[in-house]
Amino acid sequence: MPQLVSHPEEVKVISRRWGKGAADIDKYIEMGGYASLRKAVENGPEWVISEMKASGLRGRGGAGFPTGMKWSFVPKQSEKPKYVLVNGDESEPGTCKDHLIFLEDPHSIIEGTMIAGLAIGSKMGFIYLRGEYRYLIEIMDRALAQCYERGILGKNIFGSGFDFDAISQTGAGAYEVGEESALMESLEGKRGIPRIKPPFPAVVGLYGGPTVINNAETIASVPFIIEMGGAAYAKIGTERNGGTRLFGISGHVNRPGVYELPMGYNLKKMIYEVAGGIPNGKALKAVVPGGASCPILRADEIDIGMDFDQLGKAGSMLGSAGVVVLDETVSIIEFALRTIKFYQHESCGWCIPCREGTDWLKKTMTRFYEGYGTVKDIDNMSYLADNMLGRTFCPLGDAAAMPMIGFFKKFRGEFEAYIQANPAAPETQALVELVGA
Amino acid sequence: MSPEMNPEMNPVPNTIFSPELAARFDRLVTLYPLRRSALVPMLLYAQDEVGAVNDAVIAEIARRIEITELDVRNVISYYSLLHTKPHGKYHVQVCTNISCMLRGGNEMLQHCKDRLGIGNKETTPDGVFSLEEVECIGVCCWAPAVQVNYDFHDNLTNEKMDAVLENYRQKASAP
Amino acid sequence: MADVNFTVDGKKLTAPAGTILIEACRTHGIEVPAFCYYPKLAVQAACRMCLVRIEKVPKLQTACTTPIAEGMVVQTETPEIAQARKATVQLLLGNHPLDCPVCDAGGECELQDMTFRYGAPTSQYVEIKQHREEQQWSPVVFYDRPRCILCYRCVAVCGEGMDVHALGVQNRGAGSVIAPNLQDHLDCEECGMCIDICPVGALTSGTYRYKTRPWEMNHVGTVCTHCGDGCKTTLGVRRADDGMEIVRGDNRDKSGINGDFLCIKGRYAFDFANHPERLTKPLIRQADGRFATATWDQALDYAAKKLKEVRDTRGPQAIGVIGSNRTTNEENYLLQKFARTVLGTNNIDHHRTADYVSFVRALAGKGSRAASLRDAGTAPAILLLGNDPTEQHPALAWELRTNVRLNKAKIFVVNTRDIKLRRQAKAFLHIPEGTYADAVRFLGSNDSDFNGIEGAKDFRDALRAEQKLVIFFGSEFRGHDIDALVSFGLSLPEARFGCLADYANSRGAADMGLLPDMLPGYRHVSTPGPFAEEFPNLPQTPGKNLIEMFDAAERGELGALYVVGANPVSRYNIDPASLKNTFVVVQEMFLTETAQIADVILPAANLYEKGGSVTNSYGDLQLVKKAGDRAGVRSDLELIVRIADRMGAKPQQLVPFGRGLRSDSGQSRGAQSGEADRHTIWLASRQIEPKVSPFDPYAVLDEIERLVPGYDIERMNLLAGNDVPTRLVSVESITTPRRDLVLPAEDALFTSGTLGRYSAKLAEVHESHRSIPGATPTETAAD
Repeated sequence: MPQLVSHPEEVKVISRRWGKGAADIDKYIEMGGYASLRKAVENGPEWVISEMKASGLRGRGGAGFPTGMKWSFVPKQSEKPKYVLVNGDESEPGTCKDHLIFLEDPHSIIEGTMIAGLAIGSKMGFIYLRGEYRYLIEIMDRALAQCYERGILGKNIFGSGFDFDAISQTGAGAYEVGEESALMESLEGKRGIPRIKPPFPAVVGLYGGPTVINNAETIASVPFIIEMGGAAYAKIGTERNGGTRLFGISGHVNRPGVYELPMGYNLKKMIYEVAGGIPNGKALKAVVPGGASCPILRADEIDIGMDFDQLGKAGSMLGSAGVVVLDETVSIIEFALRTIKFYQHESCGWCIPCREGTDWLKKTMTRFYEGYGTVKDIDNMSYLADNMLGRTFCPLGDAAAMPMIGFFKKFRGEFEAYIQANPAAPETQALVELVGA
Repeated sequence: MSPEMNPEMNPVPNTIFSPELAARFDRLVTLYPLRRSALVPMLLYAQDEVGAVNDAVIAEIARRIEITELDVRNVISYYSLLHTKPHGKYHVQVCTNISCMLRGGNEMLQHCKDRLGIGNKETTPDGVFSLEEVECIGVCCWAPAVQVNYDFHDNLTNEKMDAVLENYRQKASAP
Repeated sequence: MADVNFTVDGKKLTAPAGTILIEACRTHGIEVPAFCYYPKLAVQAACRMCLVRIEKVPKLQTACTTPIAEGMVVQTETPEIAQARKATVQLLLGNHPLDCPVCDAGGECELQDMTFRYGAPTSQYVEIKQHREEQQWSPVVFYDRPRCILCYRCVAVCGEGMDVHALGVQNRGAGSVIAPNLQDHLDCEECGMCIDICPVGALTSGTYRYKTRPWEMNHVGTVCTHCGDGCKTTLGVRRADDGMEIVRGDNRDKSGINGDFLCIKGRYAFDFANHPERLTKPLIRQADGRFATATWDQALDYAAKKLKEVRDTRGPQAIGVIGSNRTTNEENYLLQKFARTVLGTNNIDHHRTADYVSFVRALAGKGSRAASLRDAGTAPAILLLGNDPTEQHPALAWELRTNVRLNKAKIFVVNTRDIKLRRQAKAFLHIPEGTYADAVRFLGSNDSDFNGIEGAKDFRDALRAEQKLVIFFGSEFRGHDIDALVSFGLSLPEARFGCLADYANSRGAADMGLLPDMLPGYRHVSTPGPFAEEFPNLPQTPGKNLIEMFDAAERGELGALYVVGANPVSRYNIDPASLKNTFVVVQEMFLTETAQIADVILPAANLYEKGGSVTNSYGDLQLVKKAGDRAGVRSDLELIVRIADRMGAKPQQLVPFGRGLRSDSGQSRGAQSGEADRHTIWLASRQIEPKVSPFDPYAVLDEIERLVPGYDIERMNLLAGNDVPTRLVSVESITTPRRDLVLPAEDALFTSGTLGRYSAKLAEVHESHRSIPGATPTETAAD
């Protein structure tokens, strides 16, 4: 079982009920659960949306789109039913925060889903979890059943006339399904190929109806925002980056775990103080700040506030806030190979640049790692990644290209040294030089 | 699930599934605005019971969802948890993605290979274990991690892994 | 919709709002490249080749997904865009086998074109290519995964276009493949659209693969010889030892009435021409009953001598003539002219697969209410009564499906069977066997019930609310049933009609007067009108129909029978013995059941081996062009002229060639004198040159255009290769023919009457479908 960690610097919003048995509805209610829903029902959809806007909450899946604005895009009138879709397909390497939410506080997801439903005028929500999280789906299903037993889900909730149904859905192993339109395809029983946008889900989404789709962490933040008010939430973080974030710190740290810290928290402090520093007295080499798709930061770049804007300026991303810490012993070549292997495995294959690009990057990286690389290969791979960037059907292509570009740019010296240390057979060298453009 | 959400079910005749699973499927297709939404869960649950999404499973699920078998196969082949050939009784899935790799995921994979005497994507001759190197399973902060069927085992060491395997081996030989 | 102004590559353009950029560009002659985009199919945005730069948008955008907007400024060819496309081509070439020198698509390959255009001349990758073995999915479809660039066009056309859904995408990422519905093979309609639409050589045709290179062929656009839809097919021909061999059929030329579509028969079933049993020498039956080869002179002399002898000794009524529904209009016209003016008899008929005589009578005075095949693709509502177009009229089925998909047309289906088109139907009235006439009566009535069928009244009410209905009906409707149907249709404001027949020129055979009581254009023989002025001494009493001819033969009253391209012995189940005292001349490609009882067999060219015109079920006239050629065979047109010539008739009287019968075109003595050569005047007035050969089909076409009601068409349009609708001009009320004269061919997708038996590929497909367990059974024709 995952272990919970804590640190005095933490600001517990989403994690406030963790480790306290909140998966049980009685405990949840005892700790103030479903009061936010009641408050939302009493104050109505427009109030909810204005509080959400005031909170400055930005999507926790990675793109960081303002949640309140997203909800407000859903048309008030719609011939087709509207839906709320919770994205719990957590698959970004380095990320396990939603895992804990589903495990420790599933009702916060249900409550957030219902508040979202109330806000946009939807009567049905789907909570999609990746297939590997079977035990969490079972926990979620128990939580949902309890809600129906208590009349929290179903018809005429709190006697207010608000009807809402929610069910869980399992994935079956596909990173790509974490992309919102691919998730809708998957939920409709299809291959997880993203949809052409526009139309955006807020207008034409699940089953053709207007749909709000939010990351599980985003949704779990909603009850707190409603409870405390948007302005109070916004104050927690930095400017334009309201609230807290679940930072999953993994890799070479002494106390890995999921910590809830204010947005904009300093990365260096996070690694050395919150997570207890690098084990065995090793030096830090680099950090992937937000899950595998975020370009790597060298050790000298980590004195930075962890929010969307500061990381963006530094040429990386906050992504899913999965902080992966690499000590000095790590081979960037091996790390890059493992990264591109993942994206090659997970590319849905729909578009040419991503399907073929990830495949050739992986093939070339594999040969390079095996000691048959040349300088030309580094150039070729850089060229390839550059040409994938911004040209693929969905963000997966960028997610694969960006970290690779980062490795080539920031650790070119290590790539070159790797060739020196593992000189390719002359015939390979000649072949690559001859053929490579 | 609310009783309101459970409209009339029409049991599908001549099922290859257990009565419990068949009843679950009869109900599953009624839960969604579109029948087809039941496809992915149905495939996964059928695989759990049958051991693989084999031809018979595909045929019955196509019938239940009212789509072609081709369509079912297109979907199966997309999702990495679904497989048309059976795995071992206990499918050992070792994560070697970045967070696990940094904490010994590759070594754990090698250890499992050595212990089980099989390679990646192979099954032991007795059919008890199969082994697969998998992508991130969402247990990054407790690496290295392994999933056996749906059970997570984290913060592993070789010794802990041996105990995990031994535990399953005993379960397999229990009457 | 309102027009939108936008700028592409500095050109100010206008297009209707809502048009997607790639289409708007193409309309204005700016080609934005794409592999996955195909007009009228769902947008996929997968290949990323159509990336363009749109002002004020940060990233390159796909032109296939971007609707044009007012003031939009677009660049389609900049160094940045060229680099993006080059990189994509490089990625594809990384794994694409460079077997272009042997690939079917070499020279016609969109990937080659893009490589050429964007210059990716060097290999970027040194890793080993991922090889997979080629798969054969059906007798006619092969799949080569390494060549496949995964554009998904094939999946789209098979799914949304054909409504067959036999192709899918399996696996993901670089492991993705196109997969057939039965795992390692296909159960489908074998239309080959997937092959046609493939931008590279990944899907190849069982008839054509590895046979030749595209540039070694001549490509001849002509009309398919099989069903009554008249699809344009492009035949690739190559020089062979004994003429020009047809090696490929496809639909490269999308200008035809069939648009993007071609079915299995148009695409593959040309191979009968090369069948080993093809007759290439005239045969004369010997005293011992066996056939012996003869020279053309011997055979033609013998046939002419005997026909003349019977005519002169036993009278014209002792001769019967049976024409074909796969010969050209010119041949049909000439054959009836020969029968009526040289033999002197109205004993002429053909195998009728629809009752056009009743159709024309029912629409008397309302000829403008006839529908073209094109209407099936544009009409807002269509009523389909009887028939199963998916099997019998594949192009009609395609047009209907496309119309539903693109224009949301409403299809109403009335049928005794669960035909596949019910899936596109807005409403389907499933009626009991034998109740078509009752159903029509119900549609026109105010009855509240029809055979207790649920929804029948709603069906009728919805139908009757349609302002612009097009009604297509099958051969289930004959005689007075057609009257009833037409009068129901005419009760709707703008309804139009199409009568479905089974063969390439079934309609033409009827239009050209291969009928015992009708002259060309359905003018009754008793009131020949202008024909009498042209051709004195036309027999004016109706002759024997096909059934009566064989009855007469049985009674010993038929001295001679002249059969051109038909197999009545098999089709009408005639006892060969009944013809033992009849001299039979047969023009045929094969030793059919009918040819076997002949006294003289003249080996004939088929529709792919000659020029002329044909008229499809819907009255659309199209030119056929000579594609193949086989040493030893002659066109039916030539054979008719040669027999007439040898019987002592003047060829000029049959075929208006040369300077006509009189050198005087009427100028010196005045047209009123009655001696003017009307044909020459007609030609001169249209500035059409006289033809120089009696075997020139265009000489006959001139006369058809001049004399046959409804065939006074726009010649230039026809010559341009377009389909030109003829008009139904009924002259006077005519009798209702016998119901049993209509004998539906009952062909399905994989059969084509006698001809189908000699197509090895069609037979192979037919057989393979019978042996696929669980595959859709298709009906078999009677012969």
